[in-house]
Amino acid sequence: MIVEIGHYALILSLSVAIVQSILPLLGARRGDARLMETGTIAATGGFVLITIAFSALVTAHVTSDFSVLNVYQNSQSAKPLLYKITGVWGNHEGSMLLWVLILAFFGSLVALFGRDLPAALKANVLAVQAWILTAFLLFILLTSNPFTRLEPAPMDGQGLNPILQDIGLAIHPPLLYLGYVGFSIAFSFAVAALIDGRIDAAWARWVRPWTLIAWIFLTLGISMGSYWAYYELGWGGWWFWDPVENASFMPWLAGTALLHSALVMEKRAALKIWTILLAILTFSLSLLGTFLVRSGVLTSVHAFATDPTRGVFILCILCLFIGGALSLFAMRASSLEGGGLFAPISREGALVFNNLFLTTAAATVLVGTLYPLLLEVTIGKKISVGAPFFDLTFGPLMVPLLFAVPFGPLLGWKRGDLLGAGQRLYFAAGVALAALLVTLALTSGARILAAFGFALAFWLIAGSLTDLVLRAAFLKVGWRSGLSRLIGLPRSAFGTAFAHFGLGVTVLGIITVSSFQTENITTMAPGQTVDAGGYAITFEKIVPRAGPNYEEQGALFSVRQGGVEMTTLDTAKRFYPARQTSTTEAGIWTHWFSQLYLSLGDPSADKRSVVVRIWWKPLVTLIWIGGIFMAIGGAFSLADRRLRVGAPSRRRQAVPAAVRA
Amino acid sequence: MNRKTKRLYSIGGILLVIATAAGLTLTALSSSIAYFQSPTDLVKNHPGPSQRIRLGGLVEDGTVKREGGAHVTFRITDTVDSVPVTYTGILPDLFRAGQGVIAEGTLGPDSVFVADTVLAKHDEKYMPKEVVDDLKARGLWEDGKGLTKTPAGDKTVSASPVMQGAGS
Repeated sequence: MIVEIGHYALILSLSVAIVQSILPLLGARRGDARLMETGTIAATGGFVLITIAFSALVTAHVTSDFSVLNVYQNSQSAKPLLYKITGVWGNHEGSMLLWVLILAFFGSLVALFGRDLPAALKANVLAVQAWILTAFLLFILLTSNPFTRLEPAPMDGQGLNPILQDIGLAIHPPLLYLGYVGFSIAFSFAVAALIDGRIDAAWARWVRPWTLIAWIFLTLGISMGSYWAYYELGWGGWWFWDPVENASFMPWLAGTALLHSALVMEKRAALKIWTILLAILTFSLSLLGTFLVRSGVLTSVHAFATDPTRGVFILCILCLFIGGALSLFAMRASSLEGGGLFAPISREGALVFNNLFLTTAAATVLVGTLYPLLLEVTIGKKISVGAPFFDLTFGPLMVPLLFAVPFGPLLGWKRGDLLGAGQRLYFAAGVALAALLVTLALTSGARILAAFGFALAFWLIAGSLTDLVLRAAFLKVGWRSGLSRLIGLPRSAFGTAFAHFGLGVTVLGIITVSSFQTENITTMAPGQTVDAGGYAITFEKIVPRAGPNYEEQGALFSVRQGGVEMTTLDTAKRFYPARQTSTTEAGIWTHWFSQLYLSLGDPSADKRSVVVRIWWKPLVTLIWIGGIFMAIGGAFSLADRRLRVGAPSRRRQAVPAAVRA
Repeated sequence: MNRKTKRLYSIGGILLVIATAAGLTLTALSSSIAYFQSPTDLVKNHPGPSQRIRLGGLVEDGTVKREGGAHVTFRITDTVDSVPVTYTGILPDLFRAGQGVIAEGTLGPDSVFVADTVLAKHDEKYMPKEVVDDLKARGLWEDGKGLTKTPAGDKTVSASPVMQGAGS
């Protein structure tokens, strides 16, 4: 019964979405306030309906109702409760429902918090949101219905893919979707502005908080996903340039560019057309990501679907929205008037530089991701594009961008002083140079690339803090009044500093791990000891254990340094009978920011010894900690007085834009 | 410098960046991609040791040998031809005889394939897409049935659950 209510609510939400697609748009054309208001009601109502549908599916999973095909295929009665809940989106149908739920959630946020938006703009935005919602609801109902019943109901389900039975599944997809789908708001605003044919600096001020929210979640989602893959897959890698990873990384790159260009538009009313295009492109890349992951054109842990009709359906949605938005852009862009002029060396110029490199980098990732598909479709040749490709293309593009980051915030709007900015970065340059020389000295000149990498990372870290230190004027007014000045700085200054600092921290982690990690593959019998990263690792014993829905062979290793026992590493090979699948549970010991990572291979023929892979990963956690810093930076920016969530009140609109200190 | 020249320089700079990126991409596409080949292709074409290859097929039964440490040798077959492979490292959890795998590496001068990566996804139903497509194209595979021809001297492969699930 509950399942049918959910199914019904989902169908009902489709009709509501169709209403929301048309009426507010008509209202905006005719200037009819009541018609426009239907958008607000429909968006909120649609969200409630989809929440009911989603809750129904969660209930079916939690109560293990195997008469529902989706539950039968992806659950099992012995599965722990947490995985029964997270298993809802651990499959194609359920994850699409989550996608749509989040889309409706963002739509209802605009409806509720967008009271101060001009009525016509709000109506148009909600209508565009409803177009997307309609398309994806149709997709779910026609090709991926999670509420399909099974007759007769089987006794037990097939279980969830063991690799997904992890706390990571509870966090990673929702975060990622909040990011991915959050960009739909920026897209809807862009399309609404094009429909309206009007756009001004206030538009950017409305769009930026939504973009920031999406960006924060996407940053966290990607970091989280990277860490999950790192500890769960047992390969010790944190980024594989897998097409599915790229699918989330491309919108991130474009979204980062959008954040920066929206800043220019907001402050200086320049780059309007470009910002609109970027808003369209960012969400287009999100849609492309959804297509790549959900259509099953790629085989990966993420691709649950192999049904070709689904792929074709999403491809149609993709073409419709991207093609439609870009055609609209081509028709209307020329009618939008350009904005303020600026010198190449200026804050605007620096942000254009940022945009140029970020979008070009996104383009190379796009080529690397789509080229194999293209080649297979056209000439039938199968190739794989992996890390070597991206190291050669993405890597070099990042170097000038990262080098330029500390300059940006120090340049003035309109016309900047590069020399002056350079002088203020003396300290950061000194730190970078010290890092370079120390690394060269310690490695006796053998690791030149690593040394330059460290210099770049420290340049970023010190450089991003320079702006704060200078604006607080610690050196001039002393630390006490400097501190009070620091607290008084606008939050956006902290936002910039934190985000750029986080970037530096991530770069530091990446450089350290890729240059100085050690890897050891050996066969070990109980009692044997191996050295890694200055630690003596002794294989203690094998212990057979049983979990709720698996059996495992645990292997215990003790870690000693100078004879002192530091910790015991517990690692295992798990076997899940329901799926006849085994997984590797890596043993990880975090010491400060570094990690000792141990994973088990196969036992030898006599079953006494086992193949062990041991990594020493110096500063590896910085990669993800940097991501968290970036997200905190985003949150600071969001908390800035200028950008309250939703929209600034109309009263404040009247105040000139030059509020920033 | 007047405004016009400044603008010209800016546009020139932008084009330079894009051109560099395009150049890098083209270089990378010609040098650092790996081509998928079946054992039959590999035996026929015999590419040089500089060409990276993704060799896909089934692990031939009874050929997996672990020789001290983490060194493993096995043969990858597509039921027509088979190629000897050596690999040092930890094999994926689902690596076993009859399982579809992809080995990435190069073909040595002694016709032994030296793999630096071996992929077999973490799913009992998983059969690398390239391998299935390749076998299908040559009539060695049918959807829902799996292998239509058993590798020589082995009766268990097509009957195993791995094969049954893979096509469905």
